[in-house]
Amino acid sequence: MPSDATPLFAAREPIFPRRVSGFFRRLKWAILILTLGIYYIVPWIRWDRGPALPDQAVLVDLANRRFHFFWIEIWPHEFYFVAGLLIMAGLGLFLFTSALGRVWCGYACPQTVWTDLFLTVERWIEGDRNARLRLHRAPMSLRKARLRLTKWAVWLLISVATGGAWVFYFADAPTLLRDLVHLQAAPVAYATIGILTATTFLFGGFLREQICIYMCPWPRIQGAMIDPGTLTVGYRDWRGEPRGKGGVKRRQAAAQAVGGGDAVARYGAAAGKDLAAPRLSRDGATLGDCVDCHACVAVCPMGIDIREGQQMECITCALCIDACDDVMAKLGRPRGLIDYLALDDEPPVVPGATAEVAGLAEHPAGEVAGAARPHWQPKPLWRHVFRPRTLVYTAAWAAIGVALVVALFIRPEIDMTVAPVRNPTFVTLSDGSTRNAYDIRLRNKHGDARPFALSLAQGTPLRLALEGADDARVTVPADSTRLQRVYVTAAPGAVAAGAAHTDLRIWVRDTISGERAHDDTIFNGTGEPK
Amino acid sequence: MSDDRRIDTETGTETTGHSWDGIEELNTPLPRWWLWTFYATIVWGVIYTILFPAWPLLSGATAGLLGYSTRGEVQAEIDRVDLSNAKLTESLATVDLGVLEANEDLHRFAIQAGRSVFAANCSQCHGAGAAGVVASGYPNLLDDDWLWGGTLEDIAHTVRHGIRNEEDAEARFSMMPSFDWLEREEISATADYVRSLSGLDHDAEAAQAGARIFADNCAACHGGDGRGDRTLGAPNLADAIWLRGGLHEDIVRQMRAPRHGVMPPWGDRLGEAEVRAVAAYVHGLGGGERQVAEEVTDAQATEAATVPDASFPAGAEETPSQTGEPDVQPVE
Repeated sequence: MPSDATPLFAAREPIFPRRVSGFFRRLKWAILILTLGIYYIVPWIRWDRGPALPDQAVLVDLANRRFHFFWIEIWPHEFYFVAGLLIMAGLGLFLFTSALGRVWCGYACPQTVWTDLFLTVERWIEGDRNARLRLHRAPMSLRKARLRLTKWAVWLLISVATGGAWVFYFADAPTLLRDLVHLQAAPVAYATIGILTATTFLFGGFLREQICIYMCPWPRIQGAMIDPGTLTVGYRDWRGEPRGKGGVKRRQAAAQAVGGGDAVARYGAAAGKDLAAPRLSRDGATLGDCVDCHACVAVCPMGIDIREGQQMECITCALCIDACDDVMAKLGRPRGLIDYLALDDEPPVVPGATAEVAGLAEHPAGEVAGAARPHWQPKPLWRHVFRPRTLVYTAAWAAIGVALVVALFIRPEIDMTVAPVRNPTFVTLSDGSTRNAYDIRLRNKHGDARPFALSLAQGTPLRLALEGADDARVTVPADSTRLQRVYVTAAPGAVAAGAAHTDLRIWVRDTISGERAHDDTIFNGTGEPK
Repeated sequence: MSDDRRIDTETGTETTGHSWDGIEELNTPLPRWWLWTFYATIVWGVIYTILFPAWPLLSGATAGLLGYSTRGEVQAEIDRVDLSNAKLTESLATVDLGVLEANEDLHRFAIQAGRSVFAANCSQCHGAGAAGVVASGYPNLLDDDWLWGGTLEDIAHTVRHGIRNEEDAEARFSMMPSFDWLEREEISATADYVRSLSGLDHDAEAAQAGARIFADNCAACHGGDGRGDRTLGAPNLADAIWLRGGLHEDIVRQMRAPRHGVMPPWGDRLGEAEVRAVAAYVHGLGGGERQVAEEVTDAQATEAATVPDASFPAGAEETPSQTGEPDVQPVE
């Protein structure tokens, strides 16, 4: 290898996010408890469906090919409900991303939630950022080994619980738990738990932000959903720059504010805040609000500096907002130097800063518009959430949702599909009549066995009979399908017997509820097809 | 050669010492891990050929120390399934066929097993759909016309012992003699009469003459009314089903030079359980007849008990001899 070549591989810099408190941190705690609570508890909710059906509220019953969700039961042929839900999830992602940026990534994504949980454990055992940094750099010692092993053990417990909870969605939870403990569960259950334990342990404990940056496709997709009107986490460079420490005589030079300082004053007036008091550095230069304390960097779980502008790595977890607000409060400055903001809300002229400050260079349209709009004002929050784009997404999302709900309520409880037997297409019987056979699949979604009556349309000269039954009735067990061979016969000389084929409609009626369903097929006669 | 080797200053890699017009070749050996993996596969390959069947010999191949074979694996799986079905198979082989249908589980097992038996052993002649082949005289098993009877017991007997099988004393056996000693016109007239029995187009004058010839020569087996006789395996000539075709020329050919189908006996080859299974499958194809209760033994009751089509109008469903209606309506 040539010694001067730039290495193509860069080792990952470990990230040690600092503890932070504030509104968004509390919000994230709430969402973490909510999502993890749902995940771990839902399989244990019971729901009585009668003796023939499982009593688990949410159950993906792969063996019997049923999906139970409280009072809703989905059969394989109703998979369009699942497809519809997936489309709604996609549109929901579009909606939330266009309105609030990567809010999914920042708050609700399992990778974020479990990483957050693992980080909490790490902080609890090894201490906050500085302690962890020290430990990381320290040589291996008894204490370091003890802390590491403790941390990994707790992580492993969480991972096993995570993988364990997953399998409970696919089998009766209490039974499965007993089988798991007694080592009598199916091998696939142990394998699933093993794989999910391993992925949880690795993803939450070690890979963390690398999943989002290198493996996950969603950041790329979501990038296309964000526009300058989207609320996203950003740094108000026009207010913060030039950053710097020092800041003596911070409020005395207000009167001498020149140039871009006016823009700051105007924005402050619009926001009802006193921003017209620039700080001065030791050598007398005007400084922005950013004191370059690196709090925003220290808390970032992605290891980025939000002040560099919009970045692909940013999952908009908003912890830097909490960190910066904390600092601004201590300095007696208004909050929101780092904040949820829309790029086209920010003033296009930067006071006392060079033109290459991040954010504006990517926003040439704003520059032009700003020049033509000297009395610029940020839009109210709701204008960012209720935009034509988000309304269109909401409408599409709601339309599919309404369609699914309607479909759910009007779907039949009984159902049939008819498959004509093609080998042979017809049989001539000894009395000269012509007989066709059909394989009919009858579905009974009721929780009890139902006697079904099969019949043909009123007034047809054709006759219907069942294999192995004296009448045209067949009992379908609870919550199952039954395959039934059915014969339809045309008397000798009947039109249908001589024609190539005749349209045929077969009806099925639930003799208890009276509900009916039908399916259309054809009757093959002895005639030559035209 | 080795004298020309040197370390290339640009890349820091050793050269192979080959030089063509001053263009040198770098020696970039395979990565270590790759090489060792390669050696490991060789070692693995040698071990594998010792443990498993590998080297071809003149007849067969080396068996391998583990004695593994794919056939053995399949056989083990078959044995396992057979074992799990052993109880059902045993009850199927011994159950009274008259009550098989009442035993729903056993009946379902029999039909499912019979489906496989039929596909493997019967479909070659009778067709995958069991519709038979008229041109070759393989009977259609879907319809309600049976040469030797269509109850479960009848079908099982036919499968067990075969048809026209001289090695089995219980085999179904019938032989239609050749009537080539009759005059050509007489045969033709008889064919016209036979066609008239089932209402097909015929020469009425010839049929009248044929009726007499039929009564003298054919009625002994096929019956005075041409309805055949199942105890003799004589086909019913008055229905709409023709084993070897119902055209005038078909009938003439069958009278002059009768052809007789042969079915091998399957009892020894399949065993009683599979014979019964395939009988149950064929019985359930739409033409099966119900077993007659002990006390009702006459042939007409047998006919009445057949339920090819339960909801068919009574007149069309029941046999003409009971309703007094013409045999069949003309089939166009």
